Amino acid sequence: MGKTIFDKIWDKHVVKIIEGGPSVLYIDKHLIHEVTSPQAFSGIEKRGAKLFRPNQIVATADHNVPTMNQHLPIADQLSKFQVDTLIENCKKHGVELYGLGHPNQGIVHVIGPELGITQPGMTIVCGDSHTSTHGAFGSIAFGIGTSEVEMVFAAQCVMQTKPKVMRINIEGSLQNGVVSKDIILYIIAKISASGATGYFVEYEGSAIRALSMEARMTICNMSIEMGARGGIIAPDETTYAYIKGRPFAPQGQHWEKKLTQWKELYSDADAKFDLEININAAEIDPMITYGTNPGMGLSVTGKVPTMDSISDPTEKQNFEKALAYMGLEAGQSLLGMTVQNVFIGSCTNSRIEDFRLVASIIKGKQKNASVKTLIVPGSQEVAKQIKAEGLDKIFTAAGIEIRQAGCSACLGMNEDKIPAGEYCISTSNRNFEGRQGAGARTMLVSPLTAAAALLTGKITDIRTMLN
Amino acid sequence: MQSLQKIKSRFIPLRIENVDTDQIIPARFLKATTKEGFGKNLFRDWRYENDDESKPKADFVLNQKQFSGEILVAAKNFGCGSSREHAAWSIQDYGFKVVVSSFFADIFKNNALNNGVLPVTVSDAFLQAIFAEGADATLSIDLEKQTITIDRTGASESFEINAYKKTCMLNGYDDIDYLLSMKEEIEQFELNHNK
Repeated sequence: MGKTIFDKIWDKHVVKIIEGGPSVLYIDKHLIHEVTSPQAFSGIEKRGAKLFRPNQIVATADHNVPTMNQHLPIADQLSKFQVDTLIENCKKHGVELYGLGHPNQGIVHVIGPELGITQPGMTIVCGDSHTSTHGAFGSIAFGIGTSEVEMVFAAQCVMQTKPKVMRINIEGSLQNGVVSKDIILYIIAKISASGATGYFVEYEGSAIRALSMEARMTICNMSIEMGARGGIIAPDETTYAYIKGRPFAPQGQHWEKKLTQWKELYSDADAKFDLEININAAEIDPMITYGTNPGMGLSVTGKVPTMDSISDPTEKQNFEKALAYMGLEAGQSLLGMTVQNVFIGSCTNSRIEDFRLVASIIKGKQKNASVKTLIVPGSQEVAKQIKAEGLDKIFTAAGIEIRQAGCSACLGMNEDKIPAGEYCISTSNRNFEGRQGAGARTMLVSPLTAAAALLTGKITDIRTMLN
Repeated sequence: MQSLQKIKSRFIPLRIENVDTDQIIPARFLKATTKEGFGKNLFRDWRYENDDESKPKADFVLNQKQFSGEILVAAKNFGCGSSREHAAWSIQDYGFKVVVSSFFADIFKNNALNNGVLPVTVSDAFLQAIFAEGADATLSIDLEKQTITIDRTGASESFEINAYKKTCMLNGYDDIDYLLSMKEEIEQFELNHNK
């Protein structure tokens, strides 16, 4: 029987299978950041152990950094201490750090691919659930807890039970105005916020093949939002072209050797999946979430479900709780609703293509006067590209300021927060209660739908603004 | 890691589905560099009005005096979202030793196990039976036998846990000790892997 791409990579990384238990899985690349690493560093020190393979670790500061005045000392003392702790730990243990002010600094899931660190066939972990992003390159990438960060420090391995594998096939062409973010929001709305728990998800089909690497990253990024351990897309010419020439990409003869290996990374025609789902790309509309988990999504022209569409009493209670939090009524439509904030950023949508999409909509126009904005590039490199392509001038002319790189209002750890009770049209990945600040009401959308809201101050069907 | 064999305790019923780790411990509390003291901020924004400890929300179960115990019982898909292990630390620091649900998110389940907090997955029907019990009811969990029992009715169900993790929990062993003992094997593996 044939193997899935997931099986091929997994099997190559199993050091040992513990009887009646998990596998000891070897990790090729470990990405760390300031928030989920300090306790792992102190843990390893308490054991009197050393980092086993420090040169397979790359660190950055992203979650807890300001997005303005990064050249100044961090004002929040707790944040400053956490970022300083990372600097100290990396120095002490010989870990490469791209900290604030470094040209490679940025959101960990933006810089990994950007620098060519992320490559097909690898196992990649990070103490962050959106590590699934890197699966877009045909790697097994998943988020881990801090105890597991310590395991990788100690032995370059984690203990994992092999998940089941699901394949989601997306065939056909997308409507004009529909992008990869809409694909993944559509899938999560279809299968729910827990629909892929226990699975690793492979995305395949002509609609996936047609996507750029950055668009594929957006899809794999949100795999965790349906509970999946990770997402994976088999590498192809688009993948190789993206990686080639990046700072950490293989060079010369080594490149040829790697390429030969990478071309073996696909699911065999007779590979068996534990579950397969087929989706027609043409059916996907621009999507928006209305509730407090990413599974509560609908077409931007759709209506919030009605009470009688839910039978289970606990579910009904939860649905009511979500609508009360969001200030919405069952059965209402969202189109035309006024929004107070737009956030464009996060490891889901903060790459150069996202900024190009937004710029294409706002070019020559003014933002709506009452909309407050947080526009945050994913990395220093993205910020540099924005300037190089002159996109910054389009934003400035529209009355929009561009911030400095970081996770920002995606999780509201720094001062970039959405005020209580206000709506935020957001290109990020989570609409949980309080995620963007206590009481903030998040609605997840694509960069295009966010751009439309920048101009109108309302929930808008981007398709009506395109030719 | 703390070991766990058996526990008999009252429980706190949290009838909310899809409890994400942002609710368990909001991001603003992740600035710490140690594992201690997260319990006081467990479910912070569900517990207090406007982040004010002098204004507990009467409708939230942790504030209802009739409920107590070392077992948290929650509706399905508990611990989804962010991988922050701070969620497991806050549950443990608050005093819970066991979390019962009909469905756990993967990363949370691992994080809990790695901190000596036992996640017990029960059927939907059994979960509803627990929720139907009064505040004085107790649950008994026997990890060796892998059973959970509602003491008043004697209703019992068995739960899954892999043999390795069970041994770790029963004895308070952790994965890092195990991996450290495997170093030579891992070095051997690397010789082939990096070819």
